[in-house]
Amino acid sequence: MLTIDNILETNRMVTDHNLDVRTITMGISLRDCAHPNITQFCQNVYDKITTSAEFLVKTGEDIEAQYGIPIIHKRISVTPIAIAAEACKTDSFVPVAETLDRAAKEVGVNFIGGFSALVDKGFTHGDRVLINSIPQAMATTDVVCSSVNLGSTKAGINMDCVREMGEVIKRTAELTRDRDAIGCAKLVVFANAPSDNPFMAGAFHGVNEAEKVVSVGVSGPGVVKHALEELKGADFTEVAETIKKTAFKITRVGQLVAREASKRLGVPFGIIDLSLAPTPAVGDSVANVLEEMGIERCGAPGTTAALALLNDAVKKGGLMASSHVGGLSGAFIPVSEDQGMIEAVECGSLSIEKLEAMTCVCSVGLDMIAIEGDTSAATISGIIADEAAIGMINNKTTAVRVIPVPGKKVGDSVEFGGLLGRCPIVPIRNQWSSEAFIARGGRIPAPVRSLTN
Amino acid sequence: MKLVVTIFGKDQVGIIAKVSTILADNNVNIVSVNQNIVDGFFNMVMMAEAMDNKVQLPEVQKLMKAKGEELNLDIKIQNAEIFTAMHRV
Repeated sequence: MLTIDNILETNRMVTDHNLDVRTITMGISLRDCAHPNITQFCQNVYDKITTSAEFLVKTGEDIEAQYGIPIIHKRISVTPIAIAAEACKTDSFVPVAETLDRAAKEVGVNFIGGFSALVDKGFTHGDRVLINSIPQAMATTDVVCSSVNLGSTKAGINMDCVREMGEVIKRTAELTRDRDAIGCAKLVVFANAPSDNPFMAGAFHGVNEAEKVVSVGVSGPGVVKHALEELKGADFTEVAETIKKTAFKITRVGQLVAREASKRLGVPFGIIDLSLAPTPAVGDSVANVLEEMGIERCGAPGTTAALALLNDAVKKGGLMASSHVGGLSGAFIPVSEDQGMIEAVECGSLSIEKLEAMTCVCSVGLDMIAIEGDTSAATISGIIADEAAIGMINNKTTAVRVIPVPGKKVGDSVEFGGLLGRCPIVPIRNQWSSEAFIARGGRIPAPVRSLTN
Repeated sequence: MKLVVTIFGKDQVGIIAKVSTILADNNVNIVSVNQNIVDGFFNMVMMAEAMDNKVQLPEVQKLMKAKGEELNLDIKIQNAEIFTAMHRV
């Protein structure tokens, strides 16, 4: 029997502490759309997406109303376009990106992911075409997200791609310079990318996935922070226990929504992504959770340990609450989307170097970080190589989503709007060059999996 | 379908009567009511059950919302599953 306290606790989580289901993402395979003629391919893709996801947004809204839990995003992920469109005889996949954009707008989702290539070991022709198309595709579309997986624990790091992605990010920034390089906010570079991630910008529908699946990403840093507010001075055993219990509750809501969405859409349930995803709203910040543990400002010594505990406890609590867990599953630290992170950068407590250390213990990586527009492509590639190395060696997903905003310098700030938030330009303090290192190219070999010191 | 109705706001005459009327009109049975008034503020949690599968929850929600605006109260009606999912293993 439910108690009054149970009911009030749940409703308070929603009204006072920003509990929400962050996204329902429908994964759709496009493998059966292949055609040598790109126009026909685009038609196949458009038809498949608009019929498969016709009721996705409506279903999400119905579930939202029925249970009284906000579901912020309804999204689509598709088979990496480098694979799906590989048969097309063309030298540009920009028309495919435009088709994805049209289809997504037709069904009313707010993002579609999968303008992607998986090149951790090497490039095919389709991968090359896709990567070359990214800057133009990001400039001419609004809701298409792109990702490139260029490293993995099994295959090592494709350093040719690392070099190219530095340049691709710069070109993307240049082509969207009139909108503060918003194109780069929709582009992420991965190592060990999961094939079932429902979160943007890195979502794609992996080739090992079913025809269609529904996955759910949960959220709730505000709820965790609130739970910790009542534990002033308690030891870490108690802190970890409380986070686990809270994560369990949050995830159960996600599981209920996923089950219901799967039933109503007639599409199998994929996974729950156990992530703490912040928003720029006050009180919905991962940085504030770390600060609640006793770090004066996010970035101060102890931050990495606090984040490690948080990340691990969220997984432990969430795992039991869901039948299938996957995706990125961990705490996100996107700077521009987290009010506490923004403030920590502004007051000089949080640097890109500390953020890199934090990515060793959490999902996902250097995320939504605006940097000076004249940062060289080689420096961006160097940052990507470092993150990919952390992912490769530690057998975890890492990512880089940096935005070199043309014309902006340290001291400026950039406004992306909505959930993408705003970001002060984060300084890269080390100004020495990575040019010769990045110019080498080739592959960093896969690491040994024993002798793990 | 099991439902939970929660009401908060300034106390006034006839809150339960008006909300119950909407439930009765939609063939929703009240199972239990827990209500108190603290410092002139009305708090209520009501467990209810839709007596047939034809109940259109979005319609009932609309009526409750309108009634809430009329009486200046916060009225929610939700499927009870969200609470059992969160609080029962």
